[in-house]
Amino acid sequence: MTPARTETIEIKSSDDVVRVRQLVRAGAIEAGLSLVDQTKIVTAASELARNALDYAGGGTALIDVAENAGRRGLRLTFEDNGPGIADVQLALKDGFTTGSGLGLGLGGAKRLSNEFSITSKQGVGTRVTIARWT
Amino acid sequence: MDRIPILKMGDALLVTIQVDMHDRLATALEEDLTSKIVANHSRGVLIDISALEIVDSFIGRMLDNIAAVARVLDAETVVVGMRPAVAITLVELGLSLSGVKTALNVERGIAMIQRRLETPEAVDDAGED
Repeated sequence: MTPARTETIEIKSSDDVVRVRQLVRAGAIEAGLSLVDQTKIVTAASELARNALDYAGGGTALIDVAENAGRRGLRLTFEDNGPGIADVQLALKDGFTTGSGLGLGLGGAKRLSNEFSITSKQGVGTRVTIARWT
Repeated sequence: MDRIPILKMGDALLVTIQVDMHDRLATALEEDLTSKIVANHSRGVLIDISALEIVDSFIGRMLDNIAAVARVLDAETVVVGMRPAVAITLVELGLSLSGVKTALNVERGIAMIQRRLETPEAVDDAGED
């Protein structure tokens, strides 16, 4: 079994969102996720990377090919130093947005993942971690 | 700047999305399609997404926008060729693409637009209520 591997990507532009998708796909294949699971985690990553870009002006994505209780998978952490989210529970609701999007990003990313956690502090930033296991 | 080619097929326009979309490309596509619908008097727009590995809410919104603008210009939009894994993910994401018609492949999409053209326009939606 190949050792765990971690990769960090800066998200500064729309092109970086595309790059995050490509690297998450590569990690998902490496972790042995099925095609449907690959598609789910790449889609979730796309939503979260775009959130970081649109609402915080950018951030970083950490891609981690990991293992959990004998199952291989992918853990992703998105971090930004943006304005933070005032009401996380509200932000997780479908259709809620403070921008011009559809308001599906956070809730959708949560549904597409096996694990989801979010911490946000106003004026400091937001960190979202998701994982998908084989 | 990159642009996505738009092909004319009779009364319809065909767009094949093959690259990873980003904001500028999506905006350019919306604008190009709008002017081509008007210039060619197109009645339908086929968007082939069979090459797309994911559809996120950004792409979903683009498809919805194109369909809405096309509808205002009296053209019908049909999205064709969605991969099974993409369809599963899309539903779980919460995107219903309610404003967009879908067909399994280009042939069926063309047939869909053709049927609409053959329906006498006066009958459209008349006396439904």
